[in-house]
Amino acid sequence: MERFYQEHLKSFLFGNRTDYGLVFKIALYLLLIAIGFVYLYPLLFMFITSMKSPSDLLNPMVQWVPSEFYAGNYEKAFRVLDYPNTLLSSVLISLIPSLIQAVVCSLVGYGLARFKFWGKNILFILILATFIIPAQNTVIPQMLTYRNYGLLGNIWSLILPALVGQGFKSAIFILIFYQTFMSLPKVLEEAARLDGATNMQIFVRIALPTAIPAFIISIIFSTVWYWNETYLTVIFLEGGIQTLPMQLSKFVQAYENLYPPGTVNIFDRLNEAVKLSGTFLNILPLLLLYFVFQKWFVESIERTGITGE
Amino acid sequence: MNFFKALRNKEIKHGTREALYGYSFVMIWIIGFSIFTLAPLVETFFYSINQVTVTATGITLDPVRWANYSRALFTDPTFVELLITYVIKTLVSVPIVLIFSMIIAMFLNLKFRFKGIFRTIFFLPVVITSGPVIQELTSQGATSVPGIANSAVIAEFLTQLPRYLRNPVEYLLTSFILILWFSGVQILIYLSSLQKIDKSVYEAAAIDGASAWESFWKITLPSLSTTTLINAIYTIITLSHFSENEVIKYIYSQTYAVQGGIGYSSAMSFLYFFVLVLLLGIVYLGLNPRSQKKFD
Repeated sequence: MERFYQEHLKSFLFGNRTDYGLVFKIALYLLLIAIGFVYLYPLLFMFITSMKSPSDLLNPMVQWVPSEFYAGNYEKAFRVLDYPNTLLSSVLISLIPSLIQAVVCSLVGYGLARFKFWGKNILFILILATFIIPAQNTVIPQMLTYRNYGLLGNIWSLILPALVGQGFKSAIFILIFYQTFMSLPKVLEEAARLDGATNMQIFVRIALPTAIPAFIISIIFSTVWYWNETYLTVIFLEGGIQTLPMQLSKFVQAYENLYPPGTVNIFDRLNEAVKLSGTFLNILPLLLLYFVFQKWFVESIERTGITGE
Repeated sequence: MNFFKALRNKEIKHGTREALYGYSFVMIWIIGFSIFTLAPLVETFFYSINQVTVTATGITLDPVRWANYSRALFTDPTFVELLITYVIKTLVSVPIVLIFSMIIAMFLNLKFRFKGIFRTIFFLPVVITSGPVIQELTSQGATSVPGIANSAVIAEFLTQLPRYLRNPVEYLLTSFILILWFSGVQILIYLSSLQKIDKSVYEAAAIDGASAWESFWKITLPSLSTTTLINAIYTIITLSHFSENEVIKYIYSQTYAVQGGIGYSSAMSFLYFFVLVLLLGIVYLGLNPRSQKKFD
């Protein structure tokens, strides 16, 4: 009887074939919580600092719990960022090229997955090359050309490359669609072909509906990547369109335009709480997007089967 | 016109027809590649072997052959130093990202409660890492491991290290979280390839008396070798294209400089591209499972 209890205790603590055991579980959760904290630390730091009033910032006793609810930093950051306008232009410059890019990449991916033709391997190498070539190796001639046609500071400077499959990180999306179409059975398409459907009809009516998960994943990922991209947007859009990240990188300057340093009292000077409020306002739309589409983000690679075999 | 008629009436051989259909789908990409990638790339190369002067109407080119390149490599102390720092930082970051994302992926491959919450946390950085955001966080000291980077013990430890080790270790300590933040997509790629390993292989190994430790080295790690290569390449490219990268910032700042300007920055872009390709090549040869077998 005693032996039975010992066995029972042992399997409770150290696990058996169906269960991991208590010791292992505690260790696992402790590790995951520790790593999770390290991951979230910058965000927590940012959020809590952004809620601190100027007197809390100066008080070394106040570390993690602000002494009062203070929204003044956000009011200032909201004005400095010119939030409604920059938010709208950020949404536009990330959503429109993403939608176009997804459609074009699906066409290219379908062509690569369904038809045999000479030079396909070269094409794949070139597609990978577009992923590797750094932006600064191609951006200056593009900028000069756009300047000649008056497209600088215009959303067209982002739409045009996306329209021909050269948008931001297009190569990844082409590969996603390639994998998706490769894994689809050909039977339906062949049946449709026998019924006299043209290639375009087959693509639109049969292939596209089955690739809807790939579309959703491509669009949300490329929206996020366009949103966060600042190198190209600064060069192409500066002077015409102001996106949120662009405005954030000019935060100090914009703040001093609104609140000139010599004229405001000490509590209205620029401090780290205001800066971090601006940063938080910057990522807030992305956080919302992430929590709404969370499943699509974390299951994306399982769904599309991209592991590159 | 005859050609299209023949196409419609199926008088052209099947293979040719299929190839034509294929080209019609990818043609848009080929056109785009020529206009938006190849042509600018060649033009940037021309700039790099010229002295470029921007005028009100356009630009004028004066051929200087390789002067821009030799200036970047031999005269400009900043560029070479930044380039070396970039290589060191990348070589430090890549193994950390790989090991870390592999460990996290193996945790997430286990069955336990609240897995979804942890998955959400580990993937969050993918959404929010943009240049200005990272810059704000770094300048406020939010990206170093809390309490470690500033302590006196660590400062003392750093001064004891030989010079060539000090910078990488210091970078590691001050930007640890930042490095981890670049492992989101890699975790997903590892996770999906872990899920593809056949469970029965582990069972067979366990019956033969293999411990969990042994099955990790003998089964898990070899199955992940291709994935590791892909992740390494992905990591290098993401780090190298990140807009807060010091080399990129320097090249960008030189574009508008009075001395050199576009020509000089184009030459630096090509040197940077060359180093990037070199790094990718080294990692590819080092990690490729096929090239490793030759040594056995």
